[in-house]
This record gives sequence, structure tokens and C-alpha cells, in this order.
Amino acid sequence: MSDTPIEEMSFEQAMAELERVVGQLERGDVALEESIALYDRGAALKARCETKLKEAEEKVAAITLDADGNAAGTKPLDAG
Amino acid sequence: MDLIDEDTEQGGNTPEFSVSELSGAVKRMIEGEFGFVRVRGEVGRVSRPRSGHVYMDLKDDRSVISGVMWKGVAARQQTQPEEGMEIIATGRMTTFPGQSKYQIVIEDIRPAGAGALMAMLEKRKAMLSAEGLFDPARKKALPYLPEVIGVVTSPSGAVIRDILHRLRDRFPRKVLVWPVAVQGAACAPEVARAIEGFNRLSVGGALPRPDLLIVARGGGSVEDLWGFNEEVVARAAAASDIPLISAVGHETDTTLIDFVSDMRAPTPTAAAELAVPVRMELLAFVGDSGARMTRAMGQRLEMRSQRLRDLSRALPRPQELLETPRQRLDVLSDRLPSALIRLLDRQKLRLSEQSGSLRPSVLTRALRSETQRLDDRAARLAPALSRMVSARREALARRSDKLSLRSVQRDIIVQSERLSSMVRRLDDAQRARVEAQRARLDALERLRETLGYRETLRRGYTVVRGEGKVLTTKAAAEGASGLEIEFADGTLKLGGGAGTRKSGKTPPPEQGSLF
Repeated sequence: MSDTPIEEMSFEQAMAELERVVGQLERGDVALEESIALYDRGAALKARCETKLKEAEEKVAAITLDADGNAAGTKPLDAG
Repeated sequence: MDLIDEDTEQGGNTPEFSVSELSGAVKRMIEGEFGFVRVRGEVGRVSRPRSGHVYMDLKDDRSVISGVMWKGVAARQQTQPEEGMEIIATGRMTTFPGQSKYQIVIEDIRPAGAGALMAMLEKRKAMLSAEGLFDPARKKALPYLPEVIGVVTSPSGAVIRDILHRLRDRFPRKVLVWPVAVQGAACAPEVARAIEGFNRLSVGGALPRPDLLIVARGGGSVEDLWGFNEEVVARAAAASDIPLISAVGHETDTTLIDFVSDMRAPTPTAAAELAVPVRMELLAFVGDSGARMTRAMGQRLEMRSQRLRDLSRALPRPQELLETPRQRLDVLSDRLPSALIRLLDRQKLRLSEQSGSLRPSVLTRALRSETQRLDDRAARLAPALSRMVSARREALARRSDKLSLRSVQRDIIVQSERLSSMVRRLDDAQRARVEAQRARLDALERLRETLGYRETLRRGYTVVRGEGKVLTTKAAAEGASGLEIEFADGTLKLGGGAGTRKSGKTPPPEQGSLF
């Protein structure tokens, strides 16, 4: 079980942990009380995953360069 | 030979040049004659001073021609000259009068056929591979869901469009595009710079540092893609800390950057697919996970309650638990009275068996035998006693024989002698003591007699008493009813009717003798 708090997990961590929790619940080899705790954890992980999935925003910008060719800022990119 | 000698000697009609004039004439002639040439040869030594011009030798197996490529031209070249490279150079011949040299000023360089280019590429690959840049262990894992994706490509054209389009379809993300030339001489340095530039950005800065890079270019000829074969690009890609996907050309085109990138995508679109997962699938997965979890939990609870029901069914009723013992109790209590009776019968039987053998004759027999024994003993008692007495007597006799009276008698004699001697001594002592005392007593008696009043009486004195008391005064004598006058030879009573006392000696109070 990962020690990272759920709210700090990356999507991938949260997803892997969710998968593990679901698998454990489905195998049914945990005590009933533990399975309730697992269920709660699974619900929190699912919420975390959904939050990360909602953060799906497209934002495209092109780097602008200064005279030396270093990144200076951005401008909108109109690539169609 | 004469002619020449003559000429030399004469020297007259041959015009005379200064060095510069001749040098200039040669220059004009060479430049005029070779104003535009194509020459094929192998690149020899190449030098690139800071001026930006490129100097190189072109050679074949017998000759060498120096070449120079001015800065502006060099920057335009798609193919940069490298030692050992087979090229076709286009340019013009000129001289360098200062050093009596001639050279070719190169306007364009092309590899002498694809084979030459590939040979060179193989050489680079071997070198970088030897350095370990292609090592699979160096390859970094791509992030599962990058937040910011940096794309190094041309800002216009189908490639960036394809990438953005596919990203939007799968999982819209933040995208930073670093515009670069994707062909020509500027391509390699710009691409290398872009990769380095993205790596220099800081996480969470004004320009967020991407967590994934895509270096992309559409399809083209080998020469078009050549920039991505350049060492500088390969090294920049290898040095990138940010995981990097290369997507250059079509699927069949492989460039040097593909060997060092962390992942090679066959096309830019494929790069976008490698970069992000499909959001809808993830949403479905997460939703499905929730459903599976709920289902599993439900099943689990159902399973438990089923098990509980099963167990409680299997649990026997309390009455059932009691039935068997109760039945046993019944059976046993039924058997108890008869068992007692049987036990009693058995004991009775034993008693009768025992009492059967208990008859007076048995006792009498025992008694008889005991009496017999007693008689025997009694018979033996008297002889035994007398035997014992005689034995003791004999022993006594033996002892008394030993017991002699002589010593006792001797002892008695001695002791009685001692006793009589002591008695004698005692008598003597006693006698002596009595005599001494008597002598002392006599002396004292004599003394007393002399001191006593009776001696005085003898000398003519009397003692007058009245009423039992000695009277010493005339008054007292006159007062008395009767007087008694004691003389040495007796007492005379006067008056009072009292008779004369016959020499009644009133014994002095202390006249006793101890003897």
C-alpha cells in the first residue's frame, strides 16, 4: 500500500492503487472490517482519479525566443 | 636547348612581370577558366575557425585541393562537411596570392550519393553507441499522464496540427511548442537548442517545464531529415532529463535521434498517442472500478450473511443438545434400582458364603488349639522357673564368693579406731571446757556472794519490807500495815498479823545456775 496521501497522488499512482484495492475487494480475502476500510479508500482514490481526469484542459502556446535563441515567453499558437 | 639558353641570355622580348602582376594574371586566368566547377572528392582535414568560415581539403588518391566555404554559405548547407565524407562540391576556383595557393570557393556541398551519407551515419552511430548513448538502461519511462507536453517542431504545418488534434481527442493537455526549422542547416542547432531550452525551464515557472518532450517532423527525403542525424541533436536528446519521444519522418525513416530518444514514434500522430492515455477510457476504468468495488463489497456482504445463515442453521437447538443426555439419564435411572438390588443380592450371597464357614466347631477348634498351647506352656513354666532360679542362685553364689568381708571388716576397724580417738578427743576437749567454765563460774559466784546483800546481812544489816516492797525510808515504814525485817538468819514479821517466815529465803530473781 502506498504511503503517499491520496490527495497528493499522481493520477497514475491513484489509478494503480485503485486497481489494487478493487482487486483485493474482489478476491475477498480480507476481513470484513478491513474490507470496509478498503472500500472507503477505494472511493477516495476514485474521487482523486476523477478529479485528475476533469483537469483536462487544452492550452497550446508557442515559445517565443529572444535574440540569443532562449525562451523568452509565449504567444498563442494558431496551428489550426 | 640552345633556343632557351639564348632566350635566357637575351631576356629581351619576354615581358617582365612583377610578382603581383603575375599572381594577378594567374588569378584572372584561373577564375576565368574555372568560374563554375563541380568536383567530386573525399573531404580531408576540416577546420572551423571562429570566423565561421569552414576550411577543408578535397582529395582523391593522388591530389589535394584546398577549399573554403564562407560563413553564410556554410550556414545554409544541409550537409556539413566531415572528414572522410564523399561529396560533390560546387563552386569556383580562385587563388590566394598571399601564399601562392589556389583553392576552390565552395557554394554548395552535397553528399556524393545516398550511400556516402549512410556510410557517414553508420560511423556516427557506431561512435555514439560506443559511448553508450543507445543503452536501453538510459531510457526513461514516459509519464503516464503528463501535465505539460513540450513539442519541438515547426509551428506551422501538418505535424503540429496532427499532434494537437490527437492530443485533444485523447486527453487535452497543456502544450508548449518550441518552433524550430525542421530542415536545412539551421535545423540541427535549433532542435538541439530547443531540447536544452525545455530542460532548462523550471517546474511551475512562468513557462512551465514540460514533463514530456516530443521532437517531431513530417516525412521527407534523407537530406530533408538529415538535421535529425546530426550529432548535436543526438547528444541533446540523450542529455535531456525530460523523457523524450522522437517522431521524425515516416515509419520507415530512421534518424539518429530515434536511437537516443526514450521512445520512438513512427509518426507525429503516434507520438501524441504515446504521450497521453485516452481520457474516456480512464473515466470508464475509474467508473468501472467504482462499480466493481461496490459489487465486490455487496457480494462480500451477501457471502458473509449467507455464511452466517448457514452457520446459524448448523447450530443445533438447545433442546436437541439436551435430548441425548436426558435419554441417557432416563435409561440409567431405570437401571439404578435393579442395579442396587443386584448389588445387595451379591453381597448377601457373599455373606452367606462367609457365614457358612463360620461354625462353633471352628471356634472350638481354635480354642482347643490355644488351650493346648497354654497347657504346654504352663507345663514348661515351673521347670523353667526353677531352672532359672537355680541358675540365678549359682550366679549369685559365684558373685558372693567373689564378694569378701575382709576389706569391709578392715575398714570398720580403721573407722572405729578413728571414731574412738575422736570421741576421746571430744571428751577431753569437753571436759577441759566444762572445767574452765566451772572455775569461771565459781569465781563469779564468789564475787556475787561478796557483792550480794546477804553477806551484808551477816554483818548486821537488815532489809525492811512492807507489803512485799523493800522500804528504805521511815515514812514508808510507818505507812506500811506490816513490816518484815530480814536478817541474815531469817525474817521477823512485825504487825499485820503475818507470821514469821521460816528463813524464807526469797529466792533472788537471778540465782540460777547453769548446772
